[in-house]
Formats: sequence, structure tokens, C-alpha cells
Amino acid sequence: MLILVVLAGVAAFLLVEAWPSFVAPAEEIPGEGGLVLYIWPLVFGTLLSAVLALVIAAPLAVLIALFITHYAPRKLAQLLGYVVDLLAAVPSIIYGLWGFTVLAPATRGPAEWLSENLGFIPLFAGPPSTTGRTMLTAGLVLAVMILPIITAVIREAFLQTPKLHEEASLALGATRLEMIRLAVLPFGSSSIISGSMLGLGRALGETMAVAIVLSASGGVTFNLISSGNPATIAANIALEFPESSGVAIDTLIASGLVLFAITLVVNMIARAVINRRTDFSGAS
Amino acid sequence: MAKRIDVKDLDIYYGSFRAVRDVSMTIHPRAVTALIGPSGCGKSTYLRALNRMHELIPSARVEGEVVMDDQDLYAPGMDPVDVRKHIGMVFQRPNPFPTMSIYDNVAAGLRLNHKRMRKSEMDDVVEESLRGANLWEEVKDRLRKPGSGLSGGQQQRLCIARAIAVRPDVLLMDEPCSALDPISTHAVEDLMAQLKENYTIVIVTHNMQQAARVSNYTGFFNIAGTGQPGELVELDETPTIFSTPTHSATEEYISGRFG
Repeated sequence: MLILVVLAGVAAFLLVEAWPSFVAPAEEIPGEGGLVLYIWPLVFGTLLSAVLALVIAAPLAVLIALFITHYAPRKLAQLLGYVVDLLAAVPSIIYGLWGFTVLAPATRGPAEWLSENLGFIPLFAGPPSTTGRTMLTAGLVLAVMILPIITAVIREAFLQTPKLHEEASLALGATRLEMIRLAVLPFGSSSIISGSMLGLGRALGETMAVAIVLSASGGVTFNLISSGNPATIAANIALEFPESSGVAIDTLIASGLVLFAITLVVNMIARAVINRRTDFSGAS
Repeated sequence: MAKRIDVKDLDIYYGSFRAVRDVSMTIHPRAVTALIGPSGCGKSTYLRALNRMHELIPSARVEGEVVMDDQDLYAPGMDPVDVRKHIGMVFQRPNPFPTMSIYDNVAAGLRLNHKRMRKSEMDDVVEESLRGANLWEEVKDRLRKPGSGLSGGQQQRLCIARAIAVRPDVLLMDEPCSALDPISTHAVEDLMAQLKENYTIVIVTHNMQQAARVSNYTGFFNIAGTGQPGELVELDETPTIFSTPTHSATEEYISGRFG
């Protein structure tokens, strides 16, 4: 209940503060193209970077969680779980600096290879950026950042897989991999989704790392490795806010309102997906 | 189908603790062998050692021989996964896969073992297995519904259908009725009487009346005291065990004087 009040308060604050930008004439909005034209590329960039991060991190998180819970010897599993948790404790600015100084240059070679060999896929059309501060790099940094939270959620669920169901599959002559497919993954599927959505939420709102890593120029493109990248909402607010005034600030707040709405929708979708599966859930 | 198992001098250890000592027995094909005994006497551990399910516990190991129709189940190079394909198991608590439909539960083992099976062929085996488990009439109209929606007794028969769908040689049952009400228990017991026409069945039970009702052979396990290994006291035809057992401990146990 209290949470609902807080949420409503946040929404009301954003609406009131952003209002002037809704009624302002298009010329006064930064970029002089109107509010929608200003925010749309940011929304696109936000979604693209977050989804990219999720596509990279989620499968990796499932594999790590599986390894920790079902393959690694206990000592190694503990150590590995500890290391993954530690990743979550690193401040995002550090990830930003790491992405900028280490990862960005390191992606240049692979990016060139991708554009030469897989250039027919729009994602890798190129031409590759010379700095490496691309959407791909931002996605990779975000993936590392959201990996711990997703892994933690999935690992917990996998650990709780009922022994009954593991034994049921093994008694049918399942190998360990088949046991995982029959018993562990179905049991953990809703947590894979909820963990992913938590990660997605974090990636959507991540500010500093993206602000540092991504060299934004405002285009709307699926091209991950070129230098023409859309910015993300959060990073854009952080970069523009100190130098804005008047309607420009209201515009930034309006973009914040959109971000708020997106995260809300993502969470609702996650909830709906999980609820839809309760029919076949482990509760028997 | 329906193979005979010869166990010779089997010891089962958890780490350095010997849980079961020196068991030798012959398990006859096309018959029900019941294992009875007080709690903690190692009969479930022993049952699990027959299809190497005990290996899920990292420190567990066995010494001795388990031979199924001249095939040593513990021979080096023998894959426990293969052993379990031939020796199916039904557990104490019904454990259908909760995310799967009734149909998929029965088909689960088939899909593991015969990767490519035609849909019609699969349908036939699923129907045959459900009929074999006396469940077909009750579920034929809702094969696509989740298996976890069935009653406990139906779930247990679903698990039996799942186990016999892969056509094992031997069926192990670890207290299959202890979580069921009397009517469901009766249904499962009836089923065992039918299944022994085609399968070798070994059942662990705490219920001596059940052992007397369903089994052809009964083995009595006992422990000398806490911390001591469990051992097989005697194994004989069920009427003999229940009327004129050789050992006094057996007589005391079945007459309810301890355990």
C-alpha cells in the first residue's frame, strides 16, 4: 500500500515537472523537432542497450547458475557464487571506466571482423567505430553489471529444485543434462524470467556506465558497431542536466517519465508471464 | 523383460559408515519381492543400490556384486544411466513432473531413450502404459492437463505408468503406498499383482499386511543397534516368512513385538 503511494507520488512529481515541455512549442524543445522527436531516439537507445545486455547476460547467468548448483564441487561452487556476488558490489562508475579504457578498445578488432564477415546482418553493418565506444560495448558492460542479480535469482531457484523431481528423471535413465532439462529448468523457468526482468530493469535505468562508455550521436539504428549510436534516457539526463535550463530541464524530466513508464511496463509484463505459468507450476 | 537379479555379498557405505552389511539374495523374475524391516535398517538404501540411485549421494559406495541375468551392474564401464533405463523406480511420494501434462509425463522416458519415435507410435505406448497402470479410463479425456492436478493415488499410478513406459526389466518401489489413502493403496496393490506377470518387482514397505498381500517372496532386514549396519536376516517365500520363519527376530517383528 505504502509502495503504491510512493509510486503514485513519483509519477505525479514527474508529470507536474514535465508538464511545461508537453505544452511548449516544438521550437523550444532541444533539437527543435518537438518532444516526441527528442525522446523517441532515447527510448530506442535505452531499449536497445538493455535488451542487448539481457540477451548476452541471461543465457550466461543460466549456465553459471547451473554450473554452481549441479556441476561444480561444493568448494568451487561457493567460491564462484561469492565472486559473482562480488560483481554486484562494484560501483557502476568503475564499470564505466573499465568499459571506456579496456573494453572499448578491445572490441575494435572483433567489431571489424563482424562487419567484414557478418556485415549482411543489419546489427553488424558497420562501418566499425574507431573508438569502440559503441552500442555493442555499452551492451557488454551492462551485461556484466546485470549478470550477478540474474545469476543470484536463478541460482536460488535451481538450488530449490525438488529432489523428488530430479530423482524421477534420473530413475528414468536420464543423464545429468537430461535431468536438468526435465526437472531443473522447468522448475526454475519462472525465476529465469523474473531474474531477467530484474536485470532488464537495472539495465534500463543504468546511468553512469552508459554515459561514460557510449559515444552517442542520436541516430536511430540497429547497427551495434558503428559510431552513430542513440543515447539512452538515463545517460542523456545525466550528461545534459548540468547544462540545461527552463524548458530543456522539463524535457529531460519528461524523458524520465517515459523511462519510469517503461520500467513499470516491463515489471508488469514479467508479473503477467509468471502468473500465466502458475497453472503448470511446482505447487502440487 | 523381467530379469532375475543375483546379489552377492553387498556392502553399502556412506563415507566410512557401513549402512548395509553383507547382503546376498536372489530376486526372482515375474514375482514380487517385498523387503520389510524396522526404520533405519537399510532396506531403502539397499533398494537404491540395485539401480545405482544411491550414487546421487556423493560419499555413497558399494562393495560386492549385483548381477542381472549375467550382467554385472557394477562392472567398470557400466554406465549408471544405462542401469536405470533397465531398472525403473517408483518413489515414496508421487513425483510427476509438475510442468508437464499427463501425456508428457508418460512420454518423458520414451523421449529420453528413443529420440525419434513417430507420434502415432508414441500415442500407442502412452495409452498402453496408462492402461497398464489402471489409469487410462480416468485420464483419457484430459491427457493434456497437468499431472499435478490428479489425486495422490492417481499421481502415483501416473508415476508407475511413466516407469513402465520405457519397458524396464525390473521395477523397484520404495514404499509406494505410504503417502496414499486405503482406496488408492488398494488400486496400486491390484496393479502390482498385474504387473508381476511381466516384470520383476521389488517393493520396500513398512506395512506387513501389504507385504503379505502382494508379495511372493519376503526379505526381512534388521539392525543389531544404532550405528550398526543393517543386514538381511532371511529371505523366503512369503507364506513361509509369515508362518514359520527361521529366525526368532523375524517372528518377533512380524508378530508386532518390536519395530
